[in-house]
Amino acid sequence: MRAVLTVENFASNIVLSLWTPVFVAIFIAIVVYALWPRNKATFDAAAQMPLRED
Amino acid sequence: MIRQADDVKWMTMGESGLSVACIATVFLAIIASAKAEDAAYAFHASVFGAAALASLFAILNRYFARGALPPQEINGRPNYNFGPIKFASVIAVFWGIAGFLVGLLIALQLAWPALNFDLPWTSFGRLRPLHTSAVIFAFGGNVLIATSFYVVQKTCRVRLAGDLSPWFVVLGYNLFIVIAGTGYLLGVTQSKEYAEPEWYADLWLTIVWVMYLLVFLTTLMKRKEPHIFVANWFYLAFIVTIAVLHLGNNPALPVSIFGSKSYVAWAGVQDAMFQWWYGHNAVGFFLTAGFLAIMYYFIPKRAERPIYSYRLSIVHFWAIIFLYIWAGPHHLHYTALPDWTQTLGMTFSIMLWMPSWGGMINGLMTLSGAWDKLRTDPVLRMMVVSVAFYGMATFEGPLMSIKVVNSLSHYTDWTIGHVHSGALGWVGFVSFGALYCLVPWLWNRKQLYSLKLVEWHFWIATLGIVLYISAMWVSGILQGLMWRAYTSLGFLEYSFIETVEAMHPFYIIRAAGGGLFLIGALIMAYKLWMTVRVGEDASDGAHGSDALQPAE
Repeated sequence: MRAVLTVENFASNIVLSLWTPVFVAIFIAIVVYALWPRNKATFDAAAQMPLRED
Repeated sequence: MIRQADDVKWMTMGESGLSVACIATVFLAIIASAKAEDAAYAFHASVFGAAALASLFAILNRYFARGALPPQEINGRPNYNFGPIKFASVIAVFWGIAGFLVGLLIALQLAWPALNFDLPWTSFGRLRPLHTSAVIFAFGGNVLIATSFYVVQKTCRVRLAGDLSPWFVVLGYNLFIVIAGTGYLLGVTQSKEYAEPEWYADLWLTIVWVMYLLVFLTTLMKRKEPHIFVANWFYLAFIVTIAVLHLGNNPALPVSIFGSKSYVAWAGVQDAMFQWWYGHNAVGFFLTAGFLAIMYYFIPKRAERPIYSYRLSIVHFWAIIFLYIWAGPHHLHYTALPDWTQTLGMTFSIMLWMPSWGGMINGLMTLSGAWDKLRTDPVLRMMVVSVAFYGMATFEGPLMSIKVVNSLSHYTDWTIGHVHSGALGWVGFVSFGALYCLVPWLWNRKQLYSLKLVEWHFWIATLGIVLYISAMWVSGILQGLMWRAYTSLGFLEYSFIETVEAMHPFYIIRAAGGGLFLIGALIMAYKLWMTVRVGEDASDGAHGSDALQPAE
């Protein structure tokens, strides 16, 4: 017997079958963001944050 | 929120709200202790009542004594809130020593069982959770609360959010510790490792933890710095994940709301899986993420060098977030847990090598150009050695999660040795290093009382750790090999008691190692006390003026 296709189980099927590639894609996006040349100046400044005094 | 009329001093929302809550708690506590079905519950209800009453007096006293609330800024500089941090730092040292002492006692009990004294309150089964909770949650937890409140203020350049709420977090958390610890001694436990406190303690911790999250988040939201520093990401991950783990592992139905006993909602293998999902991620997010935040702020600060690679710290953070949460099943190899789940846990544990070592390299390489400071600054050396221990423990952990290795190591002292190389070496040393930095900063002292005593602490404690972990490695592998030894006829070669007898010398060595670690902590307590009492005031008021002095 086939299950009735509802919005809920359609959505849950998508989530269950896609979460691995989605998580991998998010992680790759984060790595790209971290290594993006234009962000280098921001990150170099952030690395100094503990040393700043007020 | 304060509304200040010309001649009327209004109570803040926090003051009035908390006062009402305290009054209500006192009445509820009286009712609960009167109707209590067991003595421990009655005792705990009275503790709650007494704490509420004391809080009520403290809040009202402060209200009558105070003028306006402390300003957010003074002369354009943030007016940092150090009171709750000071309290958490001091109590962390106290709980640390108590926890190490109980650890030493139970180590001696294993070597000489007569030290159980044949009393229920001092039996190994009750003191062991007292030891683990005291060192992890009481010592480690207070260090994390203290440092997180410090780092978030400094790197956001704002005063900590809230007026009474930071105090509520610090005092409420320590009330939870008292309830949990006295409960273990009285035999109150839900028998889940590292989650022993019963339902009412769990509910109280939930309230405190949500307040902790709110204080931390609100401080981040009103930050003056556009960028959120990486240590704050780690602290936030620690706070959020511990909340999720606590709620996931602890749903329970009390037998009566006037009794301490409850039954956990999960059953069978699901319960086991929930427990180790919780247990391993408590290691990952309490004992790792939180202390990595300490590494990312205190090591650059002390070494006066920027973080080696900020990019690596971002990848480090997200790799840990994505991977750690799946590693729990390696605690349940060769059990009723489905085989694929065990393999999944093992695979993710092995993958964790990468972020762990990435983080370790980032911490160590921060010393580039400042390696000479290791020779002259024992505080920095302590923190760097802690990162080395982090690398070692996170190498050993994935190794032990491999099924064939686990078939030898599981249920043996090897596990205890592994845990303690992480706990004493990594968590302990990075906490000591943070306290050595924090105390002079908080009390505005030029430097520590005596760097020579830090040297003594460092070497005595290091020797203790080496004795402890090598004794447990030998004992654990010996134990594992004896358990699996067969005679030529296929019988087990050793009886259980023979394995116990073989481990006796190593138990004595382990206790000696624990004793040395305790002595180191006592030296630290003396030194921190003297730093506050007789230390020279830092003249310019700037922190980080803790200039290095060559050891005398």
